[in-house]
Amino acid sequence: MSDSEIDTASIPVIAPLFRLQFEKVQDSWVLLYPEGMVKLNPSASEILTRCDGRQSIDDIVTELESACQQTGLAADVIDFLSDALKQQWITLK
Amino acid sequence: MDNAEVTSPDTADITPGPPLWLLAELTYRCPLHCAFCFNPVDYARHESELDTDSWIRVLQQARALGSVQCGFSGGEPMLRDDLEELVGEARSLGYYTNLLTSGVGLNEKRARALKDAGLDHVQLSFQDSTRELNDFLSNTKTWKLKNQVASLIKEHEWPMVLNCVIHRMNIDYIDKIIEMAIDLGAEHLELANAQYYSWARVNRDHLLPSKEQIVRAEEVTARYREKYAERIRIIFVVPDYYESRPKKCMNGWGNVFLTITPDGTALPCHTARMLPGLEFPSVADHSVESIWYESEGFNRYRGKGWMKEPCRSCSEQDDDLGGCRCQAFMLAGDPAAADPVCTKSPQRAVVDAALDKAQLPDAELAPSQPLVFRDPKASRQLSRD
Repeated sequence: MSDSEIDTASIPVIAPLFRLQFEKVQDSWVLLYPEGMVKLNPSASEILTRCDGRQSIDDIVTELESACQQTGLAADVIDFLSDALKQQWITLK
Repeated sequence: MDNAEVTSPDTADITPGPPLWLLAELTYRCPLHCAFCFNPVDYARHESELDTDSWIRVLQQARALGSVQCGFSGGEPMLRDDLEELVGEARSLGYYTNLLTSGVGLNEKRARALKDAGLDHVQLSFQDSTRELNDFLSNTKTWKLKNQVASLIKEHEWPMVLNCVIHRMNIDYIDKIIEMAIDLGAEHLELANAQYYSWARVNRDHLLPSKEQIVRAEEVTARYREKYAERIRIIFVVPDYYESRPKKCMNGWGNVFLTITPDGTALPCHTARMLPGLEFPSVADHSVESIWYESEGFNRYRGKGWMKEPCRSCSEQDDDLGGCRCQAFMLAGDPAAADPVCTKSPQRAVVDAALDKAQLPDAELAPSQPLVFRDPKASRQLSRD
């Protein structure tokens, strides 16, 4: 499946290798993995904290659009999740 | 651990960020006798070890400062029978917990206890893939055991990083090492050339590969990387002697890394104790906060204020912060000098001389001494030299 063909009905979940956690001292969400850390920016955090293994990408987009009172976020979310998939931060089911 | 991918805040001269990476060297005791061990050559002079309560206090204090990655290392950390308790404490404090082990002592019972304690990740070190060479290099019979341990790691669903120290004597078998890692199901493979500190510095003549060996190993690695991209990530670290600019050691002195040695001495890296004229504080006497932010040992080489020429006026000073203070001391005799790996260093000739020697065929190498295996007797001998 190429990046542009990511199925928005699929359900993203944080990959077993990673742990998503809020760090008080850094005032941000981070992804932890063996001997490393990715500090997440606010929009990445909004998306990844919703990758809970229950909501589909469509659900996440709907929820974000409602939370941000904005429409047309789908392309950005899909772009980010495609990249996250490539980085192996998430898996899809 | 120089290649650890920890993102760091910008290096400021005044206020450092938190010690994101805490390396807990629980013990210098080890059943292996690796000729490239990164423990200090005089480790036998520092035999005392912090007790469980002291380690727990260190874990709590560092976590409060913002430490988030915790490595349990050694020596062989499995030799501490309170390892499970310390891992459990670290995990409940919110650390990502990493166990760096040779695998000796990691049996089914302890693996289960570590899983229950919340251990996140095991990095298993291999000396080589061929039994004979492995036993020679680690000087003990451990190859079969490591295969069993690798199975335990998979069974308990830990991400597995295999680490194999690469050097002149095993670099030509790098294809076998990679195939072994794939067979064992490792997600990551670190093929890190020995860094020439501590025991590897003593044994450098035996360990430094030739240029030809490195080029070939890189080609082989690239081939496997392409073929198995989906299954395994392979990191190959060239010896910094072959670079023209030094590494940004520890991502900056006192910037990200905090090492606590078995006796409680706090260091900006695991070899910094070798540096002359610097007192490093102990967690027995000071809080981690005062050690990290206020101690002379941690402040001395922070930022760039300590730099001499050619670093002081160098346009690349932010890229590498002058390289490694320990290497500068070992090769240039001055911890504030430019790391002699840099071709701008007036002492680069020292590195080139070592490289020239490494290009000789083995038969003509004539090392200055036989290979020295790490053990307490050799350590006491080297402490006297």
